[in-house]
Amino acid sequence: MRPDDFAYFTKFIYDQSGIVLGTDKMYLIESRLAPVARKFNLSSIDALVGQLRGAKDPNLHRDVVDAMTTNESFFFRDGKPFDQFKAVVLPQLLANRAAKKSFRIWCAAASTGQEPYTIAMILKESAHLLAGWRHEIVGTDLSTEALDRAKNGVYTQFEVQRGLPIQLLVKYFKQQGDKWQIAPEIRAMVQYKNYNLLHDFGALGGFDVVFCRNVLIYFDQKTKGSILDRIAKLMPADGLLYLGGAETVLGVTEKFQPMPNQRGIYQLTAAKPA
Amino acid sequence: MKTFLVVDDSRVIRNVARRILEALNFKVDEAADGQQALDACLRGLPDAILLDWNMPVMDGIQFLRALRALPGGDAPIVLFCTTETELTKIQTAIEAGANEYIMKPFDSEIVESKLSQVGLL
Repeated sequence: MRPDDFAYFTKFIYDQSGIVLGTDKMYLIESRLAPVARKFNLSSIDALVGQLRGAKDPNLHRDVVDAMTTNESFFFRDGKPFDQFKAVVLPQLLANRAAKKSFRIWCAAASTGQEPYTIAMILKESAHLLAGWRHEIVGTDLSTEALDRAKNGVYTQFEVQRGLPIQLLVKYFKQQGDKWQIAPEIRAMVQYKNYNLLHDFGALGGFDVVFCRNVLIYFDQKTKGSILDRIAKLMPADGLLYLGGAETVLGVTEKFQPMPNQRGIYQLTAAKPA
Repeated sequence: MKTFLVVDDSRVIRNVARRILEALNFKVDEAADGQQALDACLRGLPDAILLDWNMPVMDGIQFLRALRALPGGDAPIVLFCTTETELTKIQTAIEAGANEYIMKPFDSEIVESKLSQVGLL
């Protein structure tokens, strides 16, 4: 990519998504854009960027942003956070919300749906504890293409084999040729919405638990801080935030602090009136 | 060092599996069919078994049922690793006592993910 094309492209992605792309991401950019170029009958990445600069084709814009922002996801990604959800987070919700018997969970980078469906399966497996409770899982993502895949809930044989215990595959998925579709009762537990974390997301309402894993790493410090401060505003005093293994609140926001002995989970710093 | 018995009638698959498992610090033994695997288990139970389904002499399901009937035969963690991807086959394997199930083709990432799910990593 020519230097001025690269500068244009990285600014375009930053403006659209807040994602910062350095020259070290050249390989990523080229591997992600090649299929988009083919789809739009453009002979090369250079031709694609030329087209991006020239014509304001909203379909091309959307596909390029989707390609650069959609990330591979796994069921039960990293394992431990979901063990903690069962052992720590869910018991806390059951105790603290016993009076109103309801809670809401937000997956802020839902991608193709593996994370919200993982939470939905855990809640389903815990149904005996949740009789009479209402719970909502909201999954948002910038990429409409990822969200379409999430809504369909159809996964390849490779995707269902990374992280998902076989017992849950058998219980909650239906075979469709060489693909696997997650059961309607699990799909019905998750609502998907197209949201950009750069923009106001207050309309989503309040959340008791927010999963914001492996997405902040793409943003600069200031954007990270703004996103976390706005997430804090959506939470009750005992709200919990999940970040990815390589992410932290230190030096990013004062609103959250690590939950003692629970790596990856953060709680609000100052108790605020509920 | 934990021991892994790789049971598959394909030498190529056994080699691929051996390479992946040895890189994860397992001591690997091989068997080319269910009977050979059962003989190996009678000499000494491994910690874990990677098990193909379709093999000559004795298939994977027959082997698994025979293993689970042995004294102490509940202990080894058994992961099926097979081209059989029908839901009913997977259910049959779980009912016979399989702990996990890998659908071929597989790669090291899938093996690692499954091993950590069953607590071997």
